[in-house]
Amino acid sequence: MTRALARRVAALLLHPATAIVGLALAVALAEAFGWNFAVTLATRAAILALAALSLSFVIGQGGMVSFGHAAPFGIGAYAVLIAGEYGIREVSLLLPLAFLAAAAFAVPTGALALRTRGVYFIMITLAFAQMAYFVFAALSAFGGDDGMGLAGRATFAGARFLRSDGNLAWLSVGLLAAAAWVLHRVVAARFGFVLRAARDDEARVSALGFSVYRTRLVAYALGAGIAGLAGALLAEQTAFVSPALMNWHRSGELIVMVVLGGSGRLAGAVLGAIAVVLVEEFLGGVTEYWKLGLGLLILAVVMSRAIDLRALLARIAR
Amino acid sequence: MVRTTATAACTAALLAATSLAAEADPIKIGFVSTLSGPSAALGVHMRDGFQLAVKELGGKLGGQPTEVIVVDDELKPDVAVTKVKALLDRDHVDVVAGVVFSNVMMAIAKPIFESETFIVSGNAGPSPLAGAGCSPYFFAASYQNDQNHETMGAYAQAQGYKKVVLMTPNYQAGKDSMAGFKRHFKGEVLDEIFTPLGQLDFAAEIAKIVAAGPDAVFTFMPGGMGVNLVKQWSQAGLTGKLPFLSAFTVDETTLPATQDAALGLMSGAEWAPNLDTAENKAFVAAYEKEYGVVPSLYAAQGYDAAKLIDGALKATGGKVADKPAFRKALASAPFKSVRGAFSFSTNGYPKQNFYVVRAAKRADGKFATEIVSKVFDNAPDAYVAACPLK
Amino acid sequence: MSFTLLAVQILNGLQLGVILFLVAAGLTLVFGVMDFVNLAHGVQYMLGAYLTAVAVAATGHFGLGLAAGLVGSLALGFAFEVLLFRHLTRRDHLEQVLATFAVILIVTDLVRMIFGPAPLPLRLPELFTGSIRMMPGLAYPIWRLVVIGAGLAVAFLLWVLITRTRTGMLLRAGSTHPEMVSALGVDIDRVFLFVFAFGAMLAGFAGAMAGPILSIEPAMGDNVLILAFVVIVIGGIGAVRGALVASLIVGLVDTLGRAFATDLLRLVVDRSAAAQAGPAIASMAIYVFMAAVLIFKPTGLFTGERAWTRTR
Repeated sequence: MTRALARRVAALLLHPATAIVGLALAVALAEAFGWNFAVTLATRAAILALAALSLSFVIGQGGMVSFGHAAPFGIGAYAVLIAGEYGIREVSLLLPLAFLAAAAFAVPTGALALRTRGVYFIMITLAFAQMAYFVFAALSAFGGDDGMGLAGRATFAGARFLRSDGNLAWLSVGLLAAAAWVLHRVVAARFGFVLRAARDDEARVSALGFSVYRTRLVAYALGAGIAGLAGALLAEQTAFVSPALMNWHRSGELIVMVVLGGSGRLAGAVLGAIAVVLVEEFLGGVTEYWKLGLGLLILAVVMSRAIDLRALLARIAR
Repeated sequence: MVRTTATAACTAALLAATSLAAEADPIKIGFVSTLSGPSAALGVHMRDGFQLAVKELGGKLGGQPTEVIVVDDELKPDVAVTKVKALLDRDHVDVVAGVVFSNVMMAIAKPIFESETFIVSGNAGPSPLAGAGCSPYFFAASYQNDQNHETMGAYAQAQGYKKVVLMTPNYQAGKDSMAGFKRHFKGEVLDEIFTPLGQLDFAAEIAKIVAAGPDAVFTFMPGGMGVNLVKQWSQAGLTGKLPFLSAFTVDETTLPATQDAALGLMSGAEWAPNLDTAENKAFVAAYEKEYGVVPSLYAAQGYDAAKLIDGALKATGGKVADKPAFRKALASAPFKSVRGAFSFSTNGYPKQNFYVVRAAKRADGKFATEIVSKVFDNAPDAYVAACPLK
Repeated sequence: MSFTLLAVQILNGLQLGVILFLVAAGLTLVFGVMDFVNLAHGVQYMLGAYLTAVAVAATGHFGLGLAAGLVGSLALGFAFEVLLFRHLTRRDHLEQVLATFAVILIVTDLVRMIFGPAPLPLRLPELFTGSIRMMPGLAYPIWRLVVIGAGLAVAFLLWVLITRTRTGMLLRAGSTHPEMVSALGVDIDRVFLFVFAFGAMLAGFAGAMAGPILSIEPAMGDNVLILAFVVIVIGGIGAVRGALVASLIVGLVDTLGRAFATDLLRLVVDRSAAAQAGPAIASMAIYVFMAAVLIFKPTGLFTGERAWTRTR
């Protein structure tokens, strides 16, 4: 009886929505009490969670270990900057634009990268991200290597809705929830089934008449597009875009988020992102060597094989 | 139940992050510096200079207990913005100080100005904040970026060099550097070489420079790039043969690594360890005693930034809340700079002397820059006329 | 563009290529033989430079310092393998990426903590400080010629080791048929251990050789690591011969691109546009080259009879 109850509670807490609701709760409380910085922190967590979620879809469901996810993320941010320079400040235009720009980068690069496997795939995605980095670092009209400030935050239906940090936080959490829901549906649909099946046994799926290549490419582009959305939100939040967004360390950090939370499940990425943001915030406040602490944490998690929190929890609940 | 606690802890922690604010009210300084990555040496010098001054003042600025909150911007503008927002919204700092790099400054300037907080730069002096975009909340305890390059240009002109080659990294500061050099240099520029930021090997460029046959070369290669260039310049046998003029390339942050290879190389600066003022002698001795290395201009600027804030707080009786009064106090530069003469133009940038300095080995075996000659006397920056502030 | 200038640039390219080869050789063996993604290989390069710089400063003798640096790199290689990496060789690539990324974060911060963020000095021995006159006004540094010579010598030794010795045979066999080799009574884990430590020492050697030319600072491994990846992907994972050819190509493409891209662009566009675009095109050149190779040969140039196509 109690065990059944415990299991049910665990299942509820494990639900993908829980972490997102937690974030929303944090935003609501912080707004109510006027803790501006908690709003900023929750927004950053939600944005990075969105990026990590999209990478989790690519890695966990698609089995494609991309080491270049910082590229679509940064491209989304640059889409906002560049569109802003041409006078487009409407968020309902900017977000689709960022999605499309990132996906448009992913289609040709993915088409090439997906010809390779394993380590080669890891490396070629890294190389494409480096290429994107150098392209944007060379765009002197948009700040070159220094980056450039946005002229102002976006408007919503003409209103200066996003001027408030709170509204941006709600938009970020809302988009995170929407993306989680969409990806959840995609994973449950036939497309997601084929994707996972191809991850486990490519030959058999091909033999069944599915185009593994095309399925993966679509998934790769979808993940990139969502990362582009996250980049656009980060551009809005910091009002500054620079190639440093596409540094390869950022790609590594996104992988860290995905795997810390458990790469097998989409919601794990959200948890991983929140954990990394908190480590950065608290450890970074204590010591300038906080990356040492993050590194030790990652190593401890990997070495102890306790990568999938759910597996661990399932064992505890049992 | 790991997951439960994780989610709960996340929520709680997000909230706890802010609740630590606002207890007693010492003066709070948010100090932004670059403390990790290849350029960290600059940021460490600047921070150490600032903290040395605070320590010498008994942990107080303007007689008030002072808390200095140091954050590392990692030379990533988005990280810097997040951390500055924390300083403003969570810690409610009274003044932001520091900032090594201009692109970080440009990213964080907006939220700082919007919150009507003063910023005292310990290094970055970007031109957009000097001209039409100047702000009543901005003061530079350093210089305007172009000035050290202008110093070298004026020196090259005075030396009678006819043909020069310019080489900088391919980013805004590099382009500004070349523009600053050319403002006073009227001879022929044989070639302008832009290298990717963070380039390791300059052999290709050195060969190109030699092939062009200039009278002198001017370069701006901050941090590790400068170390690489100087080592390779010396190994190519060019030290002492072809005049090497630079800015932010040969200084006390790089000399420990380049040592003999840098001897005799010229640089434009507003300060050197052997600058002859009483304040400077005391500062250099104290810094070397405290940290065991020769201070660089970044350290001197950090030190002066703290002294500037201290002087202004003394003038307002420790109050920052009355913004016009605090601004007036800062603008009067109420402190004795290690650089001697120091006053502010209307845009918050200093008027000061500029020198040509040369890398040398001191009697105690340490390497430091030494003043060769004064180039500009009490010079304002080139942009102040465009600034609408009075 | 004179002939001598071109010759100097080709030497510069070779020198960069040789450094890349020293790093990539160990990396590609570890990749190929153990199927292990080691992002921390750049850290080995950085540690090699630091160990040598510290040892040279302590002993006052370059040769002794270099020897100490090599022994230290080898020891660190053993330590890393035994403590961490051997527990990861049979995990999937994702976990290897993560763990070795963590090692980068940890070791970089530790080095920064111990030595500070400022670069360390590493003085050349008197013998090699001079330079050889290549053209009027330009002397080519002897040390760079020494680097080229040492790199090519290592390449030759590796060739002998891999193709002409019993160890090399085990290595080749172990990379293709590890189970079979184990069944024959060879301790395959020990082979891996030695491959790893040897690779670490080569990377450390590269760091020591580059130390007098470049600035020795905690993040120095990052750039080299990415370039080494490009090299081994072009050359084919596990192929030492491929690593040699690819590193020389990458070194030359990168150096010649930086030297001449701007000048070549000036022929088509105006001066300032060329000065802007030249460096960008030069820094992208090797990545474009790598993408081009992978389009035509998805497993690199030199995979030969071994088809390394494990997908996980």
